[in-house]
This record gives sequence, C-alpha cells and structure tokens, in this order.
Amino acid sequence: MMRFLRSSFVIARRDFSATVLSKAFIFFLLGPLFPLLLGGVFGGIGARVATQAERPVVAVVSSESDFDRLSKARAQLAQALTDDAVVRLVYYAPEPDPAAQQKHLLASQSPPVRAVLTGGLDRPNLTGAVAGDAGTLGQLRLIVANARAPTEEAPASIMVTNVHNSSGSLAKERALTAQIGEMLLFFLTILLSGMLLSQLIEEKSNKIIEVIAAAVPIDALFVGKLFAMLAASVVGIVVWVSAGALLIQLVKQGGVSTLPPPALGWPAFLFLGVVYFAMNYLLLGAAFLTIGAQASTVREVQTMSMPVTFGQVLIFGFASTAIGNPDSGSALAAAIFPLSSPMVMLARAAEQPDWWPHLLAIAWQALWVALILHFGARLFRKTVLKSGPRTRWWKRKSVA
Amino acid sequence: MLRQRTQTHRSPNDAGLRRQHERTDESLAVEAVNLVKDFGDTRAVDGVSLSVPTGSIYGLLGPNGAGKTTILRMLIGIIDPSSGTRRILGREHPLDAAQEVGYLPEERGLYPAMHARDAIAFMGALRGVPLAEGRRRADTLLQEHNLGDWARKPIRTLSKGMAQTVQLLGTILHRPRLIVLDEPFAGLDAINQGRLEELIRRETRAGATVIFSTHVIAHAERLCERVAIIAKGRVAFDGRVDEARSQLRPIVRLRTRASDGEWRSAIPAGARREGDEWVFELPDGGPEPLLKALIDGGAGIETLAIERPGLHDAFVAIAGDKAAAEMGQEQVQ
Repeated sequence: MMRFLRSSFVIARRDFSATVLSKAFIFFLLGPLFPLLLGGVFGGIGARVATQAERPVVAVVSSESDFDRLSKARAQLAQALTDDAVVRLVYYAPEPDPAAQQKHLLASQSPPVRAVLTGGLDRPNLTGAVAGDAGTLGQLRLIVANARAPTEEAPASIMVTNVHNSSGSLAKERALTAQIGEMLLFFLTILLSGMLLSQLIEEKSNKIIEVIAAAVPIDALFVGKLFAMLAASVVGIVVWVSAGALLIQLVKQGGVSTLPPPALGWPAFLFLGVVYFAMNYLLLGAAFLTIGAQASTVREVQTMSMPVTFGQVLIFGFASTAIGNPDSGSALAAAIFPLSSPMVMLARAAEQPDWWPHLLAIAWQALWVALILHFGARLFRKTVLKSGPRTRWWKRKSVA
Repeated sequence: MLRQRTQTHRSPNDAGLRRQHERTDESLAVEAVNLVKDFGDTRAVDGVSLSVPTGSIYGLLGPNGAGKTTILRMLIGIIDPSSGTRRILGREHPLDAAQEVGYLPEERGLYPAMHARDAIAFMGALRGVPLAEGRRRADTLLQEHNLGDWARKPIRTLSKGMAQTVQLLGTILHRPRLIVLDEPFAGLDAINQGRLEELIRRETRAGATVIFSTHVIAHAERLCERVAIIAKGRVAFDGRVDEARSQLRPIVRLRTRASDGEWRSAIPAGARREGDEWVFELPDGGPEPLLKALIDGGAGIETLAIERPGLHDAFVAIAGDKAAAEMGQEQVQ
C-alpha cells in the first residue's frame, strides 16, 4: 500500500508541477476572472443605467413654493422606498403659452419626461404617457397630498431587534443556497474535470506510458493523475472564490455575510462543499480518465467531449430535482446514484441540519471512486498496452 | 561505472544495494514457462519458455512482429499473459520487483518540457529513488556521458540521440539488477551503438542481468552469452551463442591446383562451386580424414579454410530463410 501511495505521489507531483508551473496555467487562472470582472462591472453599469432609464421623470410646471413643498414630500416618501424607487420631479417655471410648454416638455429628451404636472397644488393636472403606470400616479397622489398638508413630525421611532433567521425567510433562502451550491459544484466540475479526458494523451503520444506502466501499477497512474488535476483545480478554485468574495465585498453592501445561510452553518457548509467538490471531481474524473484513456488522439478526445458534457448536464438536471424537497423519492435516488450524489448532498447540507447522511454519502462516493478507478485501470491495461494491430472496441472479442 | 553490485559495505541509505541481500534465487534472473498471449483472434506469443541466468547478457533475436516486445512486456508485467507463468528476480508478480528492474521500451518517450536531469530523476522516482537523490545521480550520469551542459535544458531541445541517451540513463539510474532493453540500438548511429554496447557490458560487469531484443544479429553476436531466437511467437532456439552456431557444421572452402582426380571422391555430394572454390560442410569424420583423402588423391591443395558458422547462418538454419530475409530487410532499413 505504501508503494502504491508513493507511486501515485510521484505521478501526481509530476503532473501537478507540469500543470501549475506552466505558462498556460496563468491563463487558466485568469480565464474565469475575466467574465467575473466584466460581469461585475457591466452588471453594475447596466443596473445603474436601467435604474436611471426606468425611473420616471415628471416635469412640474408650478410656482417655486409649490415645487419646494412637493420636493419635501417626495423626500419623505424616498425615506421609505429609497430614492431610486420614487418618481423624479423636475421644476419648470410657467411660460406664457402653457399648451406649447407642455408639448415641448413631453417631447424633451433631456431629461426624458414621462408626464407634466400643471395646476399647482390646488388643481393638479397630470398629462403624459401614464396609462398602466399606477405606481407613478399613486406616488404623485401621495406626494401632492403630503405637500398640501405637510407634517413636521419625524418618522415614528421603532425599537428594532435583528434575528438571524425567521421562518418566513429561512426555507426560501436555504433553497437558494442549495441551488447556488449545486450550480457552482456542477459548473466547477464540468469546467475542470473535462481536462481529464485528455490527460493520458500526453503519455500516450510521448510513448512514456510504457515506462510508467513498467514501473508502477496502472491504478497508481490513474490515482496520481486524478489527484494532481484535483489539486490544480483546487488552486484555481481558491483563486476564483477569493476573487468572487472580494467582488461581492466590493459591490454588495454588507459583503459576503449577507448571503443566505445554509442549515449546517457556513463553516460546515464550506467544508462539505470542498469535500463534495473533491468527490464529484474524482467520480466524474475517474470516469473521464477511463473514457479518455481509450482515445489515441486529441481529435478522438474532442469527439468524446460532447456526449460526456451532455451526460453531465443530464446528471445535473437529475440532481436539481432534490432542491427544496431533500427527503423526496427522487432526491433519495439522486443521492444514491453516485454521479449525482455529491451535488444532491451539498444541496442537502444547505437545507437539512443532519450530519450523518453526509458521512454515509462520502463513504458511498469514495467506494465508487475506487471502483471506477480500478475498472478504468484494468480496461486501460487491457486495451492500450498491447502490440500488433489495433482492434476497435466494437470489434473486440473477449479474451479468455 | 559509478555502481558496483558486488556485496560490500554500503551506506544503509542505499535502498538499491540493501535489496541485494534479499535475493532469493541467484541462478536465474528471469524464468518464463509456457507464456501465451492472445490479442483477440491473434496469438502473438505461443508457449514461450525462457531461462535467463543472473549476470548474463541475453538476446531475443527475431524479425519485427515475431513477438519479442510482447514477451518483454509480459516478463516485466506491463501486460499479463493469457496463460503461463513468469518469475522475475524471484518474484511471482513482476511489479513486485519493479524497483530492481530497468526498462527501455522500443518506442522511446520523454516529457518534452522536462529538463534532462528532471526526466532522469523522474524515471528514478518511479522506481523508488527520492527526487533529490535522483537529481544528484542524474547530474553525475549526464556528466559521465558528456551531457552535463544539457542537464537543465528541456528535452525538446535535445537531439534524438541525446534524448535516447537521457532515457537510457533514466533506465539505469536506480541501479537495477535486471535491465530490459527493447530494440535499444534502433535509431542510434554507429558511434552511439558502440557506446551503448559498452554501457551494457559495464552494467553486467557491475552485476546486472541484461535482456535485450534486437533484429540486428551482429549486436547479439557481439554482446550475448545466450540468445533466444523468436519466430512467429515461438522460441525456435534458446541457448548459448556457440550452441546456436554448433547447430551447423563448419564450412570448408577448398581451392585445388588439380581440376580432377581421385581426391574428388572426398568432396561431399552437396558441395557447390563458388568461383574456383569448393564450398561444403565439414564431413562427419572431421578435418583429418578429409585432408588425408585430398593429399592422397593428388588434389594439390592451394588453400583450405574451415569456417565456423556465424550466428546469422545459425539463425537462417533455425528460423528459416524467410525470417532471415525479413531481418535483412529491417537491417537495411
């Protein structure tokens, strides 16, 4: 066993060094950060533009005193709804020809006016494209009413006690956490484990596979490669998650602490996230390594990638059925099916506080990792390291 | 050479040498009994039995496709036989002896981006040598083989001959007791072939057993104490080189002054003329009765040469003309 582990370590060390110390790995690390960064920047700009574009502008043609009162009333409303949510009022002094002024304002592009309020506070008259815009009309009614009879009193003082969760928010938030966790696990695995399809191509094309196979058990080669790529992936994930957390911290008020909390708590959930990512990666990776080991060229690997990716999407769809109902029959089936089990169990960690199902699931998944690796290594030895003409698997007969 | 396999006091850290004391069978390094390997409907190896004495240089001789590579791969455990058994350095499972075996495959291969010393150290690490120690030994070996300046250069920048040398050094870095080389001379120029022959001899002098496959008879003839002639997946001959030669009678080349006479009765029926020479196998009685009959018969012997058959002649006699012709073609290629 020690020799097996040592052999695996030698393979893993070589693969990890070759991967992480290559120039290509920098692009590998930076690749996902670009969309994250661009998404954050353009998302923020887009949201601001959208807010500005959608917030209605009402041109107020009135006396200055009326407008001041309207502005104060609006400010009070904005305290309750936030400034962005309240209709924007822009003052215009009355002109000699009210009809012409009104027409001119409604055609204005800067600012784009939705409606014109005339008649002052006594006889308010709104003209504009407000059909179906009950919000703008309703806000204006409140603002005008408050402007007519302003209250000098400050808003009532209420004693506030914050609790971490309430029953109304908990289930929904945990389901959201489960969904986000499952999706992250799926995308990270699909992005990273696909690399394993081509892992043995290097050894096969360099002909070094025979040197390795003569020195160490093929199982050790498989395990070494799998863990090397897992380690390289973890390096990437640490970088990406750190960058993501930093971005959330920068753009979201309150930072990562405002994210919905999972049932097992953040430390346990993150720990299980790492464990289930590793299990998911090892399970799919072991299968990919086995499939990829049958390929002799990069073209064959590329051909295999599409159905493999499609299979992953199906598994993700299967795993998604567990969200919101972790004790249902389909959730149980998805938790038992080895390839969907890590995703389902991570979702469960977000929704259910029990630990024991996770211990059981991890043992079950580890068993399947070992089985797939062993089967893959046997298949590899049987089909790859042989002399003579190559026979395709569909033509191959079993050899006694 | 930097290594000695004789039993002397060594550092307790030298795992390779410590293993020497664990030997269980000193007489045979490799023993294979009735090995069979089928690939689908094709029988690549058909009942091969071999015995390789410890400390010998053993050649597997045969044309391409004869099954040499498959035999070697089975012996060292890369593939399992369909039936039959093999013992390597006293172990039933070849991979159990992997740390005492060095293997150079026919299709050479190294990681192109790896530095030469790291490639050698990696191959040593696969066989149990710690990486730091492997690098140290690699530096020494590269210096000894005039490749010291290339130690920290990527493999992709080395010439083919240099890369082959690097791989060979990786094969022996861990000081193996058994070295298995599959077509080691293929692709090497004459100078490097000579160096490799010397390296093989040095390794055996240091106590290693060397098995190599080749389709070049000259290498086997120069190096091997024992050969196995492989043809169509079977062992056509297994024994010492002189035993292979002794399968054939010596050849007599005779030139006489007289063109006819009583001496002609001493010439065997199967004799042929090559120019002005008679060429025939030495008769059963040996050279003395032949000489007497020629002299008494008035042949007027101008020249008489008795030639011992070469391994090539033995190969033709054992494996057949077709196999010999294939070998000849491969050597030309």
